[in-house]
Amino acid sequence: MLFTSFEFVAFLACVLVLYYLIPVRFQWILLLVANVFFYACSGLYGLLFMGVTIVTSYAAARIMSAVQYHMDDTVKAHKEVWSKQERKAYKQQIKRKKRMIFIGCLLVNLGILAVLKYTNFAIANVNGIAALFTGRHSIARVNLVLPLGISFYTFQTMGYVIDVYRGKAEAEKNIFKMALFTSFFPQLIQGPISRFGELSQTLYAPHRFDFRTVWFGLERVLWGYFKKLVIADRIVVAVNAIVGQPDIYSGFYVFCGMLFYAAELYADFTGGIDITIGIAQMFGIQLAENFERPYFSKNIAEYWRRWHITMGTWFKDYLFYPLSASMPVLSMSTFCRRHFGAAAGRRIPVYFVTLVVWFATGIWHGASWNFIVWGLLNAVVILLSQECRPLYEKFHAHFPGIQKKYAYRIFQVVRTVLLMSSLRMLDCYRNVGLTFKMFGTMFTDWNMTAAMKGLLQLGLTAADYAVVAVAVVLVLCVSLKQRRGSIRERLYERTAAVQYLVVFALLFAILIFGAYGIGYDANQFIYNQF
Amino acid sequence: MVRSKIKTLGIVAVLMVLSVLALYFAQALLMPKYMSNVKEGALIAEYYKAPKNNDVIFIGDCEVYENISPVTLWQEYGITSYIRGSAQQLIWQSYYLLEETLRYETPKAVVFNVLSMKYNEPQNEAYNRMTLDGMKWSDSKAASIRASMTEKESFISYVFPLLRFHSRWSALTKEDFRYMFSKDMVSYNGYLLQTERKGVTTQPRKTPLADYSFGENAWDYLDKITQLCKEKNIRLVLMKAPTIYPVWYDEWEEQIKDYAAQKDLPYYNFLESIQESGIDLTTDTYDAGLHLNVWGAEKLSRYFGQILRTECDLPDHRQDSAVLSYWQEMEERYEAEKGTAD
Repeated sequence: MLFTSFEFVAFLACVLVLYYLIPVRFQWILLLVANVFFYACSGLYGLLFMGVTIVTSYAAARIMSAVQYHMDDTVKAHKEVWSKQERKAYKQQIKRKKRMIFIGCLLVNLGILAVLKYTNFAIANVNGIAALFTGRHSIARVNLVLPLGISFYTFQTMGYVIDVYRGKAEAEKNIFKMALFTSFFPQLIQGPISRFGELSQTLYAPHRFDFRTVWFGLERVLWGYFKKLVIADRIVVAVNAIVGQPDIYSGFYVFCGMLFYAAELYADFTGGIDITIGIAQMFGIQLAENFERPYFSKNIAEYWRRWHITMGTWFKDYLFYPLSASMPVLSMSTFCRRHFGAAAGRRIPVYFVTLVVWFATGIWHGASWNFIVWGLLNAVVILLSQECRPLYEKFHAHFPGIQKKYAYRIFQVVRTVLLMSSLRMLDCYRNVGLTFKMFGTMFTDWNMTAAMKGLLQLGLTAADYAVVAVAVVLVLCVSLKQRRGSIRERLYERTAAVQYLVVFALLFAILIFGAYGIGYDANQFIYNQF
Repeated sequence: MVRSKIKTLGIVAVLMVLSVLALYFAQALLMPKYMSNVKEGALIAEYYKAPKNNDVIFIGDCEVYENISPVTLWQEYGITSYIRGSAQQLIWQSYYLLEETLRYETPKAVVFNVLSMKYNEPQNEAYNRMTLDGMKWSDSKAASIRASMTEKESFISYVFPLLRFHSRWSALTKEDFRYMFSKDMVSYNGYLLQTERKGVTTQPRKTPLADYSFGENAWDYLDKITQLCKEKNIRLVLMKAPTIYPVWYDEWEEQIKDYAAQKDLPYYNFLESIQESGIDLTTDTYDAGLHLNVWGAEKLSRYFGQILRTECDLPDHRQDSAVLSYWQEMEERYEAEKGTAD
């Protein structure tokens, strides 16, 4: 069931009405039933895998928790009897037990994700290598269907298991509540990737109807639909035309395609997250923010702190920091310090861990070399930018005050947008080589006059471009306004008539200018494919 | 405080009414009008403006609304008739249209053109809209929508056609503003008059089919039509129009003949009486054999009218003051449009 389908809107309306009609203690049960229904609409097959994730994570967390309590009790009971060594040995033994359960749970769940998502990628690579030597492909592809939202719910649930293992979260006693945490339908498609400690509080809590909360949620949902349907689903036609026919569309078209895709991706993903967070808010549930106007970032590192925030923090907390503190990396640091000096001992492990994290980020997005290269290129740009810091500092020392200049800030923002848009081209073309080739044509094949005429042959009319342009300007203006605080809060201070008119205008714009229904391909959210 | 709240609620209520009106206007503006192009889209809705006292109701696709002239039936035999047909009207759409029509009137005869028996599944969204959007809301319309929807269609878009036609904002013409709330009549009791002449130049090739059997769904609806007419004591007549495109296979013909015999229904395949009816396919079609032009339709109507009068014992209403003025007005309009071609 697509978020942009009429069925979903009807489903949401029914669940919402029921949610506030039933006794509050049953609200979480209703949400769970809604999740099962929503997920089952995409096929019963996916429910099986989600069920495995729920059961294994629940069991692992409960066992780890029980083992921990048992250890604490045993240690307490033997406080007077055991020597320090005996206590330490016992604790080590229990820790090993916990670790085995923990690793077992990770292996099962990441294993499911890996098998379903990466088997064909692995086969393609093995075949590619085999073809170099034997001239033929030896292994047939397997037909595996990726269950809806598996990348998101697996990461979210594994985050919970890690938190329980680390003692940062209590194990949930009720498996159905655990199931609700894993399957909460608004965020199932594309996140945000929530933390158990934060989400569980609000997810299981009773929520009485509060007009303001529901109204704010509705406003956000509509804003999300506006971005998705008016911008993303309209401009996607031109993007597909350009990237689908690289033989025809090169040079200036590639540049346009790059910018169009940047707009599409932004509108699609932030729009989707607005819908998700807005829906949750209508249920009184607070989800973590996933964006903070990322295209206003002054550099790529800042961009990644403001784009897909929950994924970034997930990788930071559950991969970057543990890996940085792991024995092999610490040994690497020692080795480098000893052989190449203190600076190398500090930097090389960071480079290594950064590359690993970005490799993982890339492959999480999709089973293809495009995403791996995209991830690694992000790492390279971030590391280069770090290495160039002394140069920037020299530059700024030479031109004091330039950083405060508005024009310079705009330059930084435009630079970041262009840089990120260039890297995102790897999302679009069918392989890495073609992406680089098409990127190159932007500098060699620049027949703008012919290309400007050709823009109207990409499946969009001048009116379509005008709608997209106006909508993008509107989104830009709203983002600029958001820097001074919540627009919805400010709007709420205005009269009811003004609020109503704004919401109706938004709804009207979506209904008339949205790219939905017959004549438009219903587009799944881009991040749902990741 | 209370007064302030009441005032706010009042303002919001007014705004809500205005919003509904805005959406209503937007929908009226954006829906296709079918006035100068694709006129067949306007046919179904015109029925509600006409008197409901017809002796014969024709149901079917373009083979009825392009090939039968109710004005000729009136002029020649005093038969009052109406065509409830639309482009590629599927048999279940014909059934539900008939069901709806019989709520307004009880004719003496219903004529069903059998070409649509060849379709067993929903076919085309654009044609669905032309048939279904024009119907007034009733159980019949809802059932017809459910039976007709293609995979990408949704019921809600029939309830609120704005959801379907919203994208027409960039293709609006003066016609859309002019006919927002009232439309001209484009048909003559459901007949779409065509005055061009484009004769048949090539005979159709009968490409062999893997299976000539009509589908189960189509048979079910033919049974329903038969049953409905039987219940209402209406004579059901089956017909096949004398147009050579699309191909009408002998195997299909046999199935219909068998059915008609089994149910004791009269069946007329006018492909077999082209010469007898006086139709000249080199001059009497407007699109090389798919549909008859007005001269062909008049010839067929004269021929068929004679049969209907006898078969269904239809009275001559030409002296009936209750209907006379309506038909005279229609005749004038009809002759005027026909005259533009002469």
